[in-house]
Amino acid sequence: MYSKSMEPRIVGTAVPRKEAAAKVTGTAQYVDDVSLPGMLHGVTVRSGHPRALIRHIHFGDGIPWHEFTIVTARDIPGRNIVTLIFDDQPFLADGEINHPEEPVLLLAHENKDMVRRARQHVFIDYDPLPAIFDIDEALQAKTIIWGEDNVFKRYCIEKGDVDAVWSQADFIVEGEYSTEAQEQLYIEPQGMLATWDPETGITVRGSMQCPFYVQKALMPLFNLPAEKVRVIQQETGGAFGGKEEYPSMIAGHAALLAWKSGRPVKMIYDREEDMAATTKRHPSRTRHRTAVSRDGRLLAMDIEFIIDGGAYATLSSVVLSRGTIHAAGPYRCDNIRVRSTAVATNTPPHGAFRGFGAPQSLFAIERHMNKVARTLGLTPEEFRRRNFLRQGDSTATGQLIKQPLDLARLQQRALQLAGYADKLERFSRLNREGTRKKGIGFSTFMHGAGFTGSGERHLQSVVHLEARADGTVCVLSSMTEMGQGTNTILAQIAAEALGTSYEQVQVLRPDTAQVPNSGPTVASRTAMVIGRLVQSAALSLKEKLLQAALLQPGYTPEQFQSACREYICSIGPLKTSAQYEEPPGVHWDDEKYRGEAYGAFSWAVHVAEVTVDTVTGEIQLDDFVALQEVGRVLNPVLARGQIEGGVAQAIGYALYEKVVWRDGGMANNQMTNYIMPTAMDLPPIRVYFEEIPYEHGAMGAKGIGELPMDGPAPAILNAVENALGISFCHIPLLPEDVLSELSVAREAALDLAGSVV
Amino acid sequence: MAECSVSFTVNGRIQSVTVPPMKRLLDVLREDLNLTGTKEGCGEGECGACAVLLNDELVNSCLVPVRDASGARICTIEGVPAAGQLHRLQQAFIEAGAAQCGICTPGMIMAGLQLLSRCPHPTLEEIREGLSGNLCRCTGYMRIFEAIQNVAQSSE
Repeated sequence: MYSKSMEPRIVGTAVPRKEAAAKVTGTAQYVDDVSLPGMLHGVTVRSGHPRALIRHIHFGDGIPWHEFTIVTARDIPGRNIVTLIFDDQPFLADGEINHPEEPVLLLAHENKDMVRRARQHVFIDYDPLPAIFDIDEALQAKTIIWGEDNVFKRYCIEKGDVDAVWSQADFIVEGEYSTEAQEQLYIEPQGMLATWDPETGITVRGSMQCPFYVQKALMPLFNLPAEKVRVIQQETGGAFGGKEEYPSMIAGHAALLAWKSGRPVKMIYDREEDMAATTKRHPSRTRHRTAVSRDGRLLAMDIEFIIDGGAYATLSSVVLSRGTIHAAGPYRCDNIRVRSTAVATNTPPHGAFRGFGAPQSLFAIERHMNKVARTLGLTPEEFRRRNFLRQGDSTATGQLIKQPLDLARLQQRALQLAGYADKLERFSRLNREGTRKKGIGFSTFMHGAGFTGSGERHLQSVVHLEARADGTVCVLSSMTEMGQGTNTILAQIAAEALGTSYEQVQVLRPDTAQVPNSGPTVASRTAMVIGRLVQSAALSLKEKLLQAALLQPGYTPEQFQSACREYICSIGPLKTSAQYEEPPGVHWDDEKYRGEAYGAFSWAVHVAEVTVDTVTGEIQLDDFVALQEVGRVLNPVLARGQIEGGVAQAIGYALYEKVVWRDGGMANNQMTNYIMPTAMDLPPIRVYFEEIPYEHGAMGAKGIGELPMDGPAPAILNAVENALGISFCHIPLLPEDVLSELSVAREAALDLAGSVV
Repeated sequence: MAECSVSFTVNGRIQSVTVPPMKRLLDVLREDLNLTGTKEGCGEGECGACAVLLNDELVNSCLVPVRDASGARICTIEGVPAAGQLHRLQQAFIEAGAAQCGICTPGMIMAGLQLLSRCPHPTLEEIREGLSGNLCRCTGYMRIFEAIQNVAQSSE
């Protein structure tokens, strides 16, 4: 990959984040920091009913309604559908309501306080319809709210013949596991600023992950061609999947108000609206039935995985897909069946959130593996060791593991780093006394990087590189920076491949009028897939300079810059591009759901140490070890930050963050009563990497961003089980859940004592 | 609502605004003084993205009616660099990777500065406590702890 004169100098080093100075000085421009002359402020009037027909909208007294711009479904010039996968979700309800946060009407006014007050004075009369709120009600199908059977999507993965195995099994172990919704809780609420010009069309700027998704949604809304819908990403204050799809909705709303008023319209959600209305992680229920032999081999795994998608299809089919493929975990087994379903309920649609279905199904398998081990009388580490996938094995979808893979060694190293064996022994002694019980537990897991199956082939992502006369090189792609480090790693890859300096590479802010479509910034694909395209485009650009004899091998960054200058002066523009090409030997069957599901998997072992207070039910994390194999680490500080942040978010998922639902709406939509981890709550998060370069990834990199979301919850609950001897199968695990199980256990112990007497 | 005139010092400059007395200091800073480095994350004093120093105390500016800031000395993120140079805490944030998406960063830096001014060599526990009113969803806080520790150590 590198010539001798070009030892890696930039990739693998902790260069500072490109936009760091703007962020630490407060000069980075997020959408709410931008104001335009004559700008109006927009708000959304929402349904407040889980399911109903709209009878009548009327406007209350005391508000100067003539000063307002008002938009309803009837004003929409094009198609009233948020374009994504299925055409089911309207921008504005047209007669029918399917969840309590459904947008019905838009208002804009130049006075922000006035428009917020006015929102309280719009009254909508409804004819209520029966609604459903959970997976069971959806599957019972007594009330049909979507399609013919409340089902958005089903998948079935079949490997071998599960049903032929049950009779030969020494043990059959069953378990049921469930997870609740989780709010992304990026600290910057969602927002958009739209302008309309009859000549140039719509321009929206805002907080988002996927500018081309927004463009694709706005074109049919206004019947405008791509060149008349311009979408620009502002600095984005966290996203985690939450700004993958919903920005299309807000952009559409702001644009409709701008189009109708002829003035710029800014629409910024406050925290309560953001939490209530935008997407969250899908609640899930997983059932396992596992056949094992007496010597601890997995013979068959039968898995049922169900997620609650909310009122509209949005991304549920794709979330379900990833959860389905990850459901069997990192284990070799010849007979696997995974049947999965995404159902509809009358809550706001659930959507993308870091991990994208995998945290749910991996929570189940990693709790269940401990249960199977216990049934067999093996330790969880020994049972796993006997069943880990290895190089040459195949996954649930039949994907051959081609890369070197030694999970047993990874597990061993993680347990050593955590002091696992000593602690197990010490805790079992300590726990004989006192009310504070200590425990240690772990999880072993993987995350597939890039779009699933044929996804990357369909995306056909493109990136451009362009040198400027001053010798700097610009990277043009639609990959957004949202804190994860896109700008920095793409610049590192380009600089490394070009042989120039990191400082001399600029990464352009995504703007659909200026950058090519490199697909969405999701699925841990930026470094591995798009980084690779940047690398290819950079090598072509360098090649042009070499062929023009403006550079000699062994050149310095300064020589590279002057060669760019000379090329542009004497020959012309210096631009290259690269388009995604599938690596050889990759096959995916969308019908049978078999084949190479992902270009590569990253692998990890997480170890959690807890103290459970049996008086208060409180679970304190004392230590956390995260060891992962993610291919080449492009920037050690950024990579560490990704793992630490993901682990923190997953600790919240496991122990703190509970969405309380009331009639399909989020009842605790405030930071006061939806609790995420603070600086006081987290243990030391100790991060370790193993690096096995992936030949088709950028400079050897695989995906990293979602991986740390997958493992902490089962590791923590495994640790709690170790501390208390109680097996919890549901997250979040709150103190009240612990206390209630402890009292059940105490009563059972008393009964037992009584019967002995 | 009747407006009133309020004067205070922001980043060393005397400022006067005529606004409703209950207008949030956060909005006055952002809208009337165009100091948009102070961010709104929750609007209810939970997240600390809007933290500023008011007479050297760390406050959430979303909870301060502007009239309560009358005559006060206010420092925002825009007032942190001195003579065009980044403050060493800002530099430490860059080096440790303590700013990811950056939306909590201005408030975090104000909290860090306030902590270091009252406690130049904080323990890890004191750092955790000093930052406990500022939420960060990206970093898991570890990089931020490191940035503050690095500044504390370099001033020994």
